Amino acid sequence: MKKTDLKKIFAGLGFIVLFGIIWLGCPSEDLTKGDAAEKVFVEPGKYDEFYFFTSGGFSGQVGVYGLPSGRHFKTIGVFAQHPETGYGYSEETKGMLETSFGFVPWDDAHHPKLSQTDGVPDGRWLFINGNNTPRIARIDLKTFETAEIIEIPNAGGNHASPFLTENTEYVVSSTRFSLPIPQRDVPISTYKENFKGTISFIKVEPKSGEMSVAFQILVPGFDYDLAHAGKGPSHGWAFFTCYNTEQANSMKEVNASQKDKDFIAAVNWKLAEKYLAEGKGKTLNGNYVHNVFDEHTHNTVSKQLNGVKVLDPLECPGLIYYLPTPKSPHGVDVDPSGEYIVGGGKLAAVIPVHSFSKMMKAIESKAFDGDAYGIPVLKYDAVIAGEVQNAGLGPLHTEFDGEGYAYTSAFVSSEIVKWKIGTWEVVDRVPTYYSIGHLTIPGGDSKKPWGKYVIALNKITKDRYLPTGPELTQSAQLFDISGDKMQLLLDFPTVGEPHYAQAIPAEILMKNSQKIFRLDDNKHPQAVKSEKQARVERKGSDVHVYMTTIRTHFAPDNIEGIKVGDKVYFHITNLEQDWDIPHGFAIKGLNNSELLIMPGQTKTILWTPKFEGVYPFYCTDFCSALHQEMQGYVRVSAANSSTPILYNIQK
Amino acid sequence: MSGMYFFPIWSIELGAPQFPEGLGFYIWLDKMTGFNENDLNSINGLNHYIGMQAIEPDSIAELKYMPYIVAVLIVLGVAAFLINKKSVYWSWLVLLVIVMLAGLVDFYLWEYNYGHNLDPRAAIKIPGMSFQPPLIGYKQILNMKAISLPHIGGILPGITLLTTFYLLIKSRKRANA
Repeated sequence: MKKTDLKKIFAGLGFIVLFGIIWLGCPSEDLTKGDAAEKVFVEPGKYDEFYFFTSGGFSGQVGVYGLPSGRHFKTIGVFAQHPETGYGYSEETKGMLETSFGFVPWDDAHHPKLSQTDGVPDGRWLFINGNNTPRIARIDLKTFETAEIIEIPNAGGNHASPFLTENTEYVVSSTRFSLPIPQRDVPISTYKENFKGTISFIKVEPKSGEMSVAFQILVPGFDYDLAHAGKGPSHGWAFFTCYNTEQANSMKEVNASQKDKDFIAAVNWKLAEKYLAEGKGKTLNGNYVHNVFDEHTHNTVSKQLNGVKVLDPLECPGLIYYLPTPKSPHGVDVDPSGEYIVGGGKLAAVIPVHSFSKMMKAIESKAFDGDAYGIPVLKYDAVIAGEVQNAGLGPLHTEFDGEGYAYTSAFVSSEIVKWKIGTWEVVDRVPTYYSIGHLTIPGGDSKKPWGKYVIALNKITKDRYLPTGPELTQSAQLFDISGDKMQLLLDFPTVGEPHYAQAIPAEILMKNSQKIFRLDDNKHPQAVKSEKQARVERKGSDVHVYMTTIRTHFAPDNIEGIKVGDKVYFHITNLEQDWDIPHGFAIKGLNNSELLIMPGQTKTILWTPKFEGVYPFYCTDFCSALHQEMQGYVRVSAANSSTPILYNIQK
Repeated sequence: MSGMYFFPIWSIELGAPQFPEGLGFYIWLDKMTGFNENDLNSINGLNHYIGMQAIEPDSIAELKYMPYIVAVLIVLGVAAFLINKKSVYWSWLVLLVIVMLAGLVDFYLWEYNYGHNLDPRAAIKIPGMSFQPPLIGYKQILNMKAISLPHIGGILPGITLLTTFYLLIKSRKRANA
C-alpha cells in the first residue's frame, strides 16, 4: 500500500467520524432555523413593536409584556389585592373589590379584551372578566390601572366574557354554571326544572367607558362557555357556545358529553334593544355592586345596586337561534369579514364553520330542526359553510391573520393548525409545548388583524424551563407567521395562567401613556399639596396624618401622641411632579400592605398600633441618592396616656 | 424687538442620563418656564441636594420690570425712526447696548448668586465647587451638562443692534462718498 493511499484512508475515516459527530450532535428537531434570535432581539433602549396583555388566570391580575422580545413590564392588580402598590388594601382602593358578597380580594381572570372602534382595537381600555364571583373590570390604558369593576347579577361563572361589540357598545357576559334564578334553596337534583342561565349585555358609556348592566336574557340551563360578537354584516349579533345541553348536574365530565351536537346561540342584540324599548323587559331582583375609581379624587365610589331588566326569549321571537355545533364547543370566533363563525368543538374531529349569510337565509326560510326549550334550532346543513378536516385533537380557539388564513389551537394534540378560509384546507401545523389553550394574533379577533405573529398560550411547561419544584410556570410561545410556514421564535414564562391575551401596536398606546398625576388636578379630600399643610389631627380614637413626600423626606417625620388601639390613617401625597419618581410608605407591624404613591397622587393606609414603643417608617421605593435617609418615627403611648399630638415639619 | 415678548430670551438646558426626555428652562422677559411642564419643579428638587436656592419666578424682580424697559426701548426706537436723525439713531443704539450689557451683567450676577449662595446644611457639599451655570456655552456641573444659550427673544435685539449699526455705518460711508 502506498503512503498516499493510507493518507486517503485516514482522511476518509476522519471525515466519516467528523460527519458522525455533527450528525449525532445535532438535535433531531431544529425548530428555530437561523434568524429566530435576530427576529426577537430588541436592542437595549429600543422599544418593542407590540404591547401584549395576558390574563393572570388564578392570580386575578393582568400581565403586560412587549413583543417580540417577551419582556415583562408590569403586573396590574385587577381582581386581586396587589400589595406592591397597596391596591385593594388602601382606603381608596378597598372598594374596588367590594361585591354583593362583601370584600372578595381575588378572582379568576380569563379574557382580556381591548376596546374597539369600528371593529379595530383603539387602545382606550382593556376589559377582563372575573370568572368566580362574576365581574368585569375595565383597565384604563392611560394609567395601566384598574378603573372600574362591575358585578354581574343572576350569574354563576362569568366565563363567556368580556367579548365586545364592534364599537364597544356592549361587553357581554354569561353563566358558565346555570343556577336557580332568582337564587333560592332547591335540591341540586331539580336542575332541569329550576336551573337557568343568563346572557348579560353590559353597556359601555362611549366617552368615559363606564359600564352598566343594560339587560339580561334568560336562557335554558346549559353551560355557556365562550362568545364573540359579530362584525361588519353580522354586527348586531353575538354568538355564545354552550355545552351540557344534556343538563347534567353531576359528573359533567361524562354526563355532559353525551350528545353529538351542542349549540352556538346566535343572539340578535339589536332586536333585544327593540324589545326593551317596547317594554318587554321584566325587572328581576338581583344584587350587585358597581365600583368606579375616580382618577381625580383618587378614590373609589362603590354603589350597591339591585334589579335588572330581563328578556325571556319565549316572549321575544327571533331573539335567539341555536346553531347545532359538534361536541361541547368551546371557542366561537368570527372572522374579520364577519361572515364566518368558527366553533371549537373540543371533543370533535373537525372544526365546523358556520356561515352568517346562510344563517340569515335559514332563519328566513325557517329551516328549523325543532326547538330546544322553545328556542328554534337551525338545521346544521342549512348553516354550515364547511368543516376543517384533520384539524388536530381538541380544537379550542381560532384567530385570523387578515390574509385569508385562520389559526386554531388544538389542546389535546398540542399544536397550532393553520387553515385557509373558504377551502377549509389545513396548510401548516406546528407543535406547541405543551397543551395550548388560547392563542393570539395582534388584532386577530378584529376586523383588521395586524398579523405578523401568533402567540400560543400554553398550560403545561414540564421540561421547557429550569424546574421550580412542583409548581411550574405557564408559557407564551411566539411564532412568526409572515411566511407560508409558521416559525417558532421564542417562548417565555407568563404571570399566572394565561388564558386569552391581546396584542396591539405599541404606537397606539405609547403616546397616551400618562407620566404623572397633576397635583393641580388632585381632588382627593385628604390631599395636602405643600409641606406647610402637612399635619396630624386627632378625632376621638381616629388619628389622621396628612403627610407629604418629596425627595428625600416625609413631612412630618416625627409623630408623637399616638396611642395603642388608635386607628391611624396615613394620608400621603407625593408632591413630586417628575416622571418615574414614586415614593413608598411602610411602617413596622403594618397589617395592611405598603403604599406606592405615584407623583401627584394621594393614598391612605390604615395602621392600628398594638403595643407601646417607637415605630420606624420609611420609603420603600429607591427614589434618590438619599433614599436610605427617607425615614421617620412614630411614638406610640399607652391607651390611657396623655401624650399630646406632636409633629414636626422641616424648615 | 417686539418679538422679545413672544419668544424666550435665554435657554438653560441640563442634560443627564436620567432625563432622556430633556430638562431645562427658558427665561422670558416676564417669566421662566420649563422645557416640560414640571421642569422647574424637578430642577428645584435636584438642586436642594447641593443646597441651591429654589428658583421662584415670582420673587425675581427683573421679570416684573423688564417688559417695561423693553417697551420704553421700543417706543424710543419708533420715536427715533420718526425723528429720523442720525444722532438720535446713534443715541438709541448706545442705549440699547447699555441695556443689553446691563441685562447680561444682571443675568451673570443672578447666576453667580444662584450657583454660590448655598445652604450650609446641604446634604452634598463639594469644597471649592460652585454650581453656577455658564453665561453662554457649556459646562459640566457634577452629573449635569449645563448648556446656556440665547434664544430667539435674545437673538432678536442682537440682530436689531447689528442691523442698525450696519445701516448707520453704511449711510455714513455713503455720505462720505
